[in-house]
Amino acid sequence: MTANVLSVKDMVVTFDDFVALDHVSVDVAEGESFGIVGESGSGKSTLLRAVAGLNAFSAGTLTINGQSYSGRSRSKDFYRTVQMVFQDPYGSLHPRQTVDRLLLEPLAIHGFDNVDQRIMRALDEVGLGSGFRFRYSHQLSGGQRQRVAIARALILEPKVLLLDEPTSALDASIQAEILNLLEQARKDRGLTFVMVSHDLGVISHMCERLAVMKSGKVVETVTADALESRAFAADYTRQLMTASEGFRRV
Amino acid sequence: MSGVVGTDKLLTVEDLRVSFPTRTGEVQAVRGVSFTLGRERLGIVGESGSGKSQTGRAIMGLTPKHAKITAKTLNFAGRDLLAISDRERREIRGKRIAMVLQDPKYSLNPVSTIGRQIIETLKTHERISTAEAKARTLAMLEAVQIRDPERVFSLYPHEVSGGMGQRVMIAMMLICGPELLIADEPTSALDVTVQLEVLGILDKLVAERGMGLIFVSHDLRLVSSFCDRVLVMYAGRVVEELPSADLSKAQHPYTQGLLNCLPTIGTDRHPLPVLDRKKEWAL
Repeated sequence: MTANVLSVKDMVVTFDDFVALDHVSVDVAEGESFGIVGESGSGKSTLLRAVAGLNAFSAGTLTINGQSYSGRSRSKDFYRTVQMVFQDPYGSLHPRQTVDRLLLEPLAIHGFDNVDQRIMRALDEVGLGSGFRFRYSHQLSGGQRQRVAIARALILEPKVLLLDEPTSALDASIQAEILNLLEQARKDRGLTFVMVSHDLGVISHMCERLAVMKSGKVVETVTADALESRAFAADYTRQLMTASEGFRRV
Repeated sequence: MSGVVGTDKLLTVEDLRVSFPTRTGEVQAVRGVSFTLGRERLGIVGESGSGKSQTGRAIMGLTPKHAKITAKTLNFAGRDLLAISDRERREIRGKRIAMVLQDPKYSLNPVSTIGRQIIETLKTHERISTAEAKARTLAMLEAVQIRDPERVFSLYPHEVSGGMGQRVMIAMMLICGPELLIADEPTSALDVTVQLEVLGILDKLVAERGMGLIFVSHDLRLVSSFCDRVLVMYAGRVVEELPSADLSKAQHPYTQGLLNCLPTIGTDRHPLPVLDRKKEWAL
């Protein structure tokens, strides 16, 4: 068994009286692609945000790459290891910065050299030519923006990528392109993915294992193969499964 | 297909064009869409920018003032929708043609209770007493399977969930008994588990009341499972029209591409096939 690159134990996140995450434990092995599904309010995004340090967690442990973290404090080293891609490509890029500037910022923060080359290579890798380098985000389509967001995450050469509904704001045909791009990047760089989505089809396509969440708890953790052969135990997973099969007239 | 207005034809659209003047020239959102609709369920599918929503909005009369609409025929139940006055339009809108929008969070009035806004719709179109309006509103809320209509009646939109909000909108749209319902992405803002419930309610009511339905969505599979007939739009035009049952026999490469690019459980395709957009599709 390979070492766990990301390990969450009994994590609790509360917003005032509301318990968003209720003793959630998740282990992700190195090089694995792990999915999290659930409906809105189930805590799936909160889990990712708590890992990334965007939400504080009040109890439990978080270990990444052998390092422990608590609350909201994350070392600079953490962000070299873990990067995140957000759902809304319209909200996650700075509207007054060019693509060049957006990609330069993480490089400058972490003191990378060969900045010019790295930006060119990052744009190439996500399928955007150098022609996009000096554009503003409002000059890009949704799919192109998401490519820039992925380039920004990959440019620091992280080991773990946190993906929060990376394709749910995109058209179906663009979704296929972005999913292919992410898979290729994972293959090339040996990345570990933690991917959140409400779409079981997307998760079963991208991930080897997945956790089903409801009301801040993990209902069950199954492999994608088990999902295909319907070898799951929880009733809620079955509900999600039925919902993903589409409308049926009764 | 003929352009003849038969008695069973609720809506006839022929060569509908919608264009918006911009600084960089005219943007043609809809470029010659034609179809007829009886009392049936018609789906319009396309990706963002395909003109599917603008087609629905043009029929409803919600296109912005600065846009240009032309059509050889835009006929609803014997009346030319492009020729009638604003006043006649208002009489039709909400009463005979109704529209369910995507997100109840933005399309319900946030400062008025749910009961009040439904009664407002009713009183705009019918001369009835407040007591009767309230009774009908409660009955309608019950028809969209809201368990405690009295309580929901006096709530504000922000106090209900998305699924509940969408049921409220369906109730508001159906209370005047329209002949044609246009549903523009009615379930896209909802959770997958709630989606099916709302669709079930919509399906039952449309069938019971014998309405015509135009279901606008980006989701080809959903539309085909819900509608009798599907129009596939690309770049402002209808590229293919087919009965839902024959979806697997789709001829146009765009329709085939849309069907193929979706990841599904139990199929192992890496990488996913992507759409190779041909220039000639947009001609």
